[in-house]
Amino acid sequence: MLRKEAYAVGASANAFDEMLDADGKPRAPYRALAAWLAAQNGSDIRQKQQEADTMFRRLGITFAVYGDAAASERLIPFDMIPRVLAAAEWRFLERGIQQRVRALNAFLYDIYHQQEIIRAGVVPAEMIAGNAAFLPEMMGFDPPRNIYAHIIGTDIVRTGDGGFFVLEDNLRTPSGVSYMLENRGAMMRLFPELFAGHLVAPIEQYPDMLRQTLESVAPADCDGAPTLAVLTPGTFNSAYFEHAFLADQMGVELVTGSDLMIEDGALYMRTIRGRERVHVLYRRIDDAFIDPLNFNPDSMLGVPGLFDLYRAGKVTLVNAPGTGIADDKAIYAYVPEIIQFYTGEKPILNNVPTMRCAVPEECAQVLANLQDLVVKEVHGSGGYGMLIGPHASKMELRRFAARIAANPGNYIAQPTLALSTCPAFVASGTGLGIGPRHVDLRPFVLVGDRIRVTPGGLTRVALKKGSLVVNSSQGGGTKDTWVLED
Amino acid sequence: MLGRTAASLFWMSRYMERAENVARLTEVGYRSALTPDSGGGHRGDWQSVLQAAGCLKGFEARGFPLTADAARNYLLFDRENSSSVMSCIEIARNNARSVRTAVTREMWEALNSTWNEFAALAPGAVGPARLPEILDWIRQRTALFRGATIGTLLRDEGYHFSQIGAYLERADNTARILKMRYSVLLPNSSGEINDRSAYQWETILRSVSAHRSYRHFYQESYRPHHIAEFLVLRQEMPRSLRHCCDLICESLRHLVALTEGGESCVTFADQRFGGLCNMKVEHIMTSGLGAFLDGFINDTGELATAIGAEFHFL
Repeated sequence: MLRKEAYAVGASANAFDEMLDADGKPRAPYRALAAWLAAQNGSDIRQKQQEADTMFRRLGITFAVYGDAAASERLIPFDMIPRVLAAAEWRFLERGIQQRVRALNAFLYDIYHQQEIIRAGVVPAEMIAGNAAFLPEMMGFDPPRNIYAHIIGTDIVRTGDGGFFVLEDNLRTPSGVSYMLENRGAMMRLFPELFAGHLVAPIEQYPDMLRQTLESVAPADCDGAPTLAVLTPGTFNSAYFEHAFLADQMGVELVTGSDLMIEDGALYMRTIRGRERVHVLYRRIDDAFIDPLNFNPDSMLGVPGLFDLYRAGKVTLVNAPGTGIADDKAIYAYVPEIIQFYTGEKPILNNVPTMRCAVPEECAQVLANLQDLVVKEVHGSGGYGMLIGPHASKMELRRFAARIAANPGNYIAQPTLALSTCPAFVASGTGLGIGPRHVDLRPFVLVGDRIRVTPGGLTRVALKKGSLVVNSSQGGGTKDTWVLED
Repeated sequence: MLGRTAASLFWMSRYMERAENVARLTEVGYRSALTPDSGGGHRGDWQSVLQAAGCLKGFEARGFPLTADAARNYLLFDRENSSSVMSCIEIARNNARSVRTAVTREMWEALNSTWNEFAALAPGAVGPARLPEILDWIRQRTALFRGATIGTLLRDEGYHFSQIGAYLERADNTARILKMRYSVLLPNSSGEINDRSAYQWETILRSVSAHRSYRHFYQESYRPHHIAEFLVLRQEMPRSLRHCCDLICESLRHLVALTEGGESCVTFADQRFGGLCNMKVEHIMTSGLGAFLDGFINDTGELATAIGAEFHFL
């Protein structure tokens, strides 16, 4: 039998546990899983865990940790207890996400054209003009289907039964979808009996959906079937595995900048037959590096002149350059207004309440309550450069306060959320137990001829007891995420 | 298919083949060190093993003593030796990793787990006692990779680039082994077969895992010109120059059909290697086995360069 690490009552303070209710009874979607868990024993589970590790390592499902030369390829810890969402919960999330990505694409179109939202006084002009993520080069350009953000990973956290909040929108080059797919593959291999007892919505169609999405935004000058390619910075990139995985699953070429060239006003890749035209490039390289002629001149990763070709309608870049203006953490605070402005609807999914240090009154409030807040850099990602007030020492708080005071526009602050918890396998004494661990959720959204949302997404879990940081670069792990069908 | 992808598949297979050949040569060195020498003590053959593996210069440049430990370590584990088994597996894996989309999951798993397990070996822990086990393991792993390739890889251009890489390496390896030891196959003045020459012939055959198949094929004891024939001209022998060249030419013809390019490579290969099917071993022996092998090694190098240029490897 597995030991339960004081599961549920009082274990995680005021956090909402997704498996057990306040009386310690399994909630409806978890009933079958909880019964299965209760019947497991530690040594079987340990053996399965080893099988999973071997499987992931053999497949090379690794990621690089920057600044850690010794372990340049590491496994992301995989927790084998799936996270379960009921069909109704998922329908709600799906509607909210669709509304949100529709509004954000409308916002991007507007920002790079008439800027009506600024004229209407909803978003202040300086939030855009002075923002490093705003690309003036994109002004007046109409991307195919007027879509800017095609591939999106919306980060969602839960604090209660219906309490879902969007934490980040991730409209640039979100990663993690390969882990979602591999986690499902691993679970089906390790625990077939669990799938027999649940109706789990399939996710295997994601690569097809990605392909359809990319094909649907081919440039106007492409007649016939468009040629797609995935552009990677190379094998040293932390997400290289995913780049290769997606290209492979879609059956398209994985290219680096040096495989591409521009000739006769079109983009080509160098093949064994000579050159071959590329129509849609799913680029996994940041805006600044895609084109040394137009952006960072030191970039060796991109293709000189690529952006001009894009503007000329000869190739589609996915996502469009300049989408960062809509997932910037300073803009994030305005997303509810943005949704209302473009859709005329109330937001289905709420933001986490956010204070902008750029606004003096809000900044003063942040500095006064630093020990209770999470403070993030406006342009940071991956959990780097962020402060978690309740877990910081006095010294760290003082240092961070000084940094905020020196450059307030660079920070936003949010209350520390009591992220929901899910059961995870944990060490318990010398044995194995089950303990509640905080999780978030990144569903993957595709926007092309229509909006496609894969049921579930990637659940990230903070495997350290009590920790709220789920980023893999900071020791977080992942789980398979199940959406149950009715 | 990208030119870079073709190049990576070519080198991936070439280096896996080399890993296997280096392991086999190491085994020859190991056996030789266990065999009593007619002059007393044990035979020590590490110098010729290093030479056959193309590693002697690098080994000497590093100033290592010519001992079994040093040679074994250099051949198996030294990352600065680009032909060590460790380097070969790593280079093969890096090539596969850069073209993950072009190799199957089975191939990648075979390569990646080999790399993971081999890199975890502590060289110091592999003394003479564990050496045979490690060498067996390397051959099993390279066989697994080859089996995964043949069993799962789509028969498109990628497969043929991979085949060409493997067979060019194998042909080159057999030619170099022969070249290093061919003098023992030449008729000597006395015409006598002594214990020493029989041992050396066995060593040649063993270096290409042919000591048993030779007997099955010829139904006789070792005879030098049959050994030369077996390794150069017999299409039945999977490591002979003829067999390798047949497969290289076959894959090249597939590539021409698939890509409508590369005819010049086929012409070149036909010109240089086409003669192997009608050649008589007596003819090679009279006109000079050494010169023949030099010419062959040179031709395979030129063909590799021509393929790289024709199919945009860079």
